[in-house]
Amino acid sequence: MSETAPLLDVRGLKTWFDAGSGVFARGRSHVKAVDDVSFAIGAGEVLGLVGESGSGKTTVGRTILRLIDPTEGAIVFKGVDIARVPQSALRRYRREAQPIFQDPFASLNPRMRVEDIVAEPLIVHGIGSGRADRRARVVEILRLVGLSSEHMGRYPHEFSGGQRQRIGIARALAAGPEFIVADEPVSALDVSIQAQVVNLLHDLRRRLGLTLLFIAHDLAVVEYIADRIVVMYLGRIMESAPASELCRNPKHPYTEALLSAVPVPDPDRKGKRIVLQGDIPSPINPPSGCVFRTRCPYAIAECAARVPAPREVAPGHVKACIRDDIL
Amino acid sequence: MSGAGHGMAARNLVEVRDLTVEFATEDGVVRAVDGVSFHIERGETLVVVGESGSGKSVTSLALMRLVESPPGRIASGEILLRGRDGAVRDLARLDNHEMRQLRGNDIAMIFQEPMTSLNPIYTIGDQIIEAIRLHQGKSGRAAFALGVDMLELLGIPEPRQRMRSYPHQMSGGMRQRAMIAMALSCHPALLIADEPTTALDVTIQAQIIELIKRLQSELGMAVIFITHNLGVAAEIADRIMVMYAGRVVEAGPARAIFHQPRMPYTIGLLNSVPRLGIDRAAQHELTAIPGNVPSPHHLPPGCAFHPRCAFFERGRCDSEIPRLEECAPGHAVRCLRWRAVAQSRGHEEGR
Repeated sequence: MSETAPLLDVRGLKTWFDAGSGVFARGRSHVKAVDDVSFAIGAGEVLGLVGESGSGKTTVGRTILRLIDPTEGAIVFKGVDIARVPQSALRRYRREAQPIFQDPFASLNPRMRVEDIVAEPLIVHGIGSGRADRRARVVEILRLVGLSSEHMGRYPHEFSGGQRQRIGIARALAAGPEFIVADEPVSALDVSIQAQVVNLLHDLRRRLGLTLLFIAHDLAVVEYIADRIVVMYLGRIMESAPASELCRNPKHPYTEALLSAVPVPDPDRKGKRIVLQGDIPSPINPPSGCVFRTRCPYAIAECAARVPAPREVAPGHVKACIRDDIL
Repeated sequence: MSGAGHGMAARNLVEVRDLTVEFATEDGVVRAVDGVSFHIERGETLVVVGESGSGKSVTSLALMRLVESPPGRIASGEILLRGRDGAVRDLARLDNHEMRQLRGNDIAMIFQEPMTSLNPIYTIGDQIIEAIRLHQGKSGRAAFALGVDMLELLGIPEPRQRMRSYPHQMSGGMRQRAMIAMALSCHPALLIADEPTTALDVTIQAQIIELIKRLQSELGMAVIFITHNLGVAAEIADRIMVMYAGRVVEAGPARAIFHQPRMPYTIGLLNSVPRLGIDRAAQHELTAIPGNVPSPHHLPPGCAFHPRCAFFERGRCDSEIPRLEECAPGHAVRCLRWRAVAQSRGHEEGR
């Protein structure tokens, strides 16, 4: 990473949801969806955020965009702590940080034409002078994502999944953001279309100098697009490292298991496979100490005693595991 | 009907011949499955790979005779199954009563989303016991005991307690195990699994794949496994059948499909998935297949893949529907230009 300050610096982020308080419950219980998460993204960097369902990866993305309010912690974007900015004053940030969603069928308004979908952020943020200028901008943005002006008058249902995702990307880019949070942007698409969209994001990042938080469960896709990867489990960060380093030389038992669980398209592969036993525990009652210990093949008694602090084990390679004698 | 009837090869459990399934829609009749033929030997795993609209799910529903009619119907073709009694039957022509006897007993099916396939208001035990009593005519107590055995076989902890759980009390992976337990409770000769791991996390997916492999070798059943994930296909397949726009476009032994693919669509699919842990310099750009999966209402003429194909030859590929041709023993491809494809890959495969 460069010496300059990161574009986004997340420190000690907690997003807890109220799980209600039953008649017999003492105090309130919480779903600790995100629990003490810290990471930074440099300008122009692509950070991959990986985890299974219940890991909190989507909540991290939504909290950073302030679609959900954080319980605790700082979200410093270009020197300003977004976590402390009231919703009413977030307009400037909303122009600079934009989301791309998973489901291009659910995230586009079916009653709006493509032109209006892409022009809406321009209107909201007062970009462009008049209708003709905005239309010219829309055409330019559509070209950027591989669509054309002839698509402007159509409605979302007239497009295939891949094209709809392009419309979603165009909308996200319309206001000229620096930072994009893409939450599972290709997982709802057909295999042959996924690569198109991944390549498009790759290309846009290069051409526009975008900074990207790429959230996904598919490690192979994330390794392909990300510079660095953060692995989450049950609301906490297990490991983070440069992408190829993390995938070839994992230091955390969870990352090792996750990598070995990914099916590889090669019938001759005969690697040892670590099949984790059991399911992810409930985030209302996470295990004490290391949250992964109940499924960890290397767990020892000490793992239950305290939450392992993240430690740098190689330059830029951080793990939250007390054992150094295993991987 | 006798066992020798229909000229079915002795080692085959299933032979599908020229199956066509049509759906009546507002915009006319759509052919979801168009002249599909394949076979399954006893105890083998056939993986059907395809994207949305390929016809892979409709093919499997036709085997179970679960294509909703109307709007759907099996327009032509034969679905031959060698039953437990050794008799060969054409499932396309059985009446509903006969078909019910075979479902569960000879063929069973599991689906992608176990939550929508299980009844939320009955316990897992009620549902397994119902299946066992219906098909095996066992008493309640014997059925309960068998249900517990099945849950145990599937690696579900505390199977007795679990029999009394409702679906919503179980995790996704556990529900999928319960579904498999139900499907396997009558020891079918053929299990059809339609994207059974797609809704699950990768660590749970790995558990279920290991489980299906183990059960298959222990119980000796054949499996049709439908997936869009080439990695999953590689893990589990003996043979692979690739479908596109309602037709089989390539079929062969798993190793041949991965190492010597002959249909440009198969090659495109293989090149469009990133490989984990491979040097980035070695795979700089993913080669996406251009264009979109065609709508079944407007299938391109000739080979349905031609508008997206790198080997497209004007005047041939857009006018002539290629036959499924054998390009190597047991390996068939539906492409007019497969020889050119093979030649262009020569150096790559010669490694």
